[in-house]
Amino acid sequence: MEPLEIAEKIKERFPDEVIAITEFRGQVSVTVKKERIIEICKWLHDEPVLYFDYLKDLCGVDYHGKKPVRFEVVYTLYSMKYEHMIRLKAEVPEDDPVIDSVIGIWRGADWHERECYDMFGIEFRGHPDLRRILLPEDWEGHPLRKDYPAAGPEQEWKGFQEVLEKAERLKVYTWKE
Amino acid sequence: MEGIEKPLETQEITLSMGPQHPSTHGVLRLVLQLDGETVVKCTPYVGYLHRGIEKLAEGMTYMQALPLTDRLDYISSMANNVGYCLAVERLFGIEAPERAKFIRTIVCEMTRISSHIIWIATHALDLGAMTVFLYSFREREWLLDLFEKLCGARLTVSYPRIGGVRNDVSQEFLDSLYKFTEEFPRRIEEYETLIDQNRIWLKRTKGIGVISAEEAINWGLSGPTLRGSGVNYDIRKRFPYDAYDKVEFDVPIGKNGDVYDRYRCRMEELRQSNRIIKQCIEKLPKGPIMAPDAPKFTLPPKDRVLADMESLIHHFVLITKGPMAAPEGEIYVATEVPKGELGFYIVSDGTGKPYRMRVRAPSFVHASVLPRLCEGGLVADVIANIGTIDIVLGECDR
Repeated sequence: MEPLEIAEKIKERFPDEVIAITEFRGQVSVTVKKERIIEICKWLHDEPVLYFDYLKDLCGVDYHGKKPVRFEVVYTLYSMKYEHMIRLKAEVPEDDPVIDSVIGIWRGADWHERECYDMFGIEFRGHPDLRRILLPEDWEGHPLRKDYPAAGPEQEWKGFQEVLEKAERLKVYTWKE
Repeated sequence: MEGIEKPLETQEITLSMGPQHPSTHGVLRLVLQLDGETVVKCTPYVGYLHRGIEKLAEGMTYMQALPLTDRLDYISSMANNVGYCLAVERLFGIEAPERAKFIRTIVCEMTRISSHIIWIATHALDLGAMTVFLYSFREREWLLDLFEKLCGARLTVSYPRIGGVRNDVSQEFLDSLYKFTEEFPRRIEEYETLIDQNRIWLKRTKGIGVISAEEAINWGLSGPTLRGSGVNYDIRKRFPYDAYDKVEFDVPIGKNGDVYDRYRCRMEELRQSNRIIKQCIEKLPKGPIMAPDAPKFTLPPKDRVLADMESLIHHFVLITKGPMAAPEGEIYVATEVPKGELGFYIVSDGTGKPYRMRVRAPSFVHASVLPRLCEGGLVADVIANIGTIDIVLGECDR
């Protein structure tokens, strides 16, 4: 099915949820509200003519100051059977960065959602094991947010500081000629 | 015998495997909950190699971000570069010329061979077959020498460019590569005689780490790891890019979805890659190697820069500010790298730098399936499972 047809179908089924449909270079994005995201995804997965069984990618984008709603969670979906693709985008506001987890539909969303939580601080409700994944557990802040600086502060990360201090303490045991 | 009165108790032990374990292929840490030899629970920890490539790319021009992609999957840097260039080209709406497309296909398949060679070498080494390691590194060395001849670098190549490739291939390189393709099928047979019928190899790979087709799709697996389960999904066939629609090749597919079938898939892919390279060399068209009609996006040739005012200006702006004519929009382009599906999701806001560059790394997805493969199996099979999903942690952690 052509991507625009799929977008129209989504709009037909969820008229109140779809905010915008955009096309760029043959790829179609459907922006939706986040409240019924599970229902939409479940429908996309189960609907016999769509059958989006493959979650290619799930990631967050931070439109800080560029768009009225700050975050977007982007689902890139693909159907192995019909070989068509669609991009679903759910708007997530800054003051309530929570969205339902789609792990029950695509098991592969597990780590993608953890990474999104790690990098953007978007919480996925219903995720069984929502921890930081790439950064240490005691890291502060969410690096891929646009207001997070790309260069670090002058002092070292405190986990590394502890290692340095410990090395300093253990120096008394070094072999002396 | 007083001790016998007390009822015997068993208790689960927790084993921390890695991040400095040689069989984890990098810095992967697994925490295994063991009941005797059976794995009850497996929790992978990743992120030891996190360098923030996605964040770094946001502060760089499109051209500057290219070498970052080398450092994703450092074994197959050429394929990553091509994937990134294709995504940016699609965003800009430009296309590489025919000759560049063929050259890219050649180097991509060379990368696939060298990556699969490393995979079979280390995978066999983990399972106790050391000879394969020594044999296969011989061929890898040959390929790396060819890369060096082509662009001066062996590992982090950065050879493709947005809109083409950096320099043309020499006849000497092509001859040498053609000799390789003539010789290589015999070498594959050598590896296979070593392990294909080996009883220990068969015992350790058949029926281990089984995952069904539906489940593999649901988990988002890709590449040979998915095809081993019998799913015919290859991006080179479904969304042909570069010169893949002009060459003939088959996509090997497994049946049982176990470690052995994935091994067979990759071995067969070696032959197919060899076939593709051979065809590309034979069909290699003549012509330019950089998109000639996109001066606002691709660097002009150096001799023009020194002679022509306009080229000098384009060169200066492209280097200092990035392509200022970049359109606003977002694009997701996936390519078939040796490990699976490498996707670049780029959001452009019309400046010379990517607003957001997301890397969908196959290794990241494959590492997440480890608990599913390992739980319920033996602790020795954890090694086989890590090997079979073919992960590189540089790509997993980004």
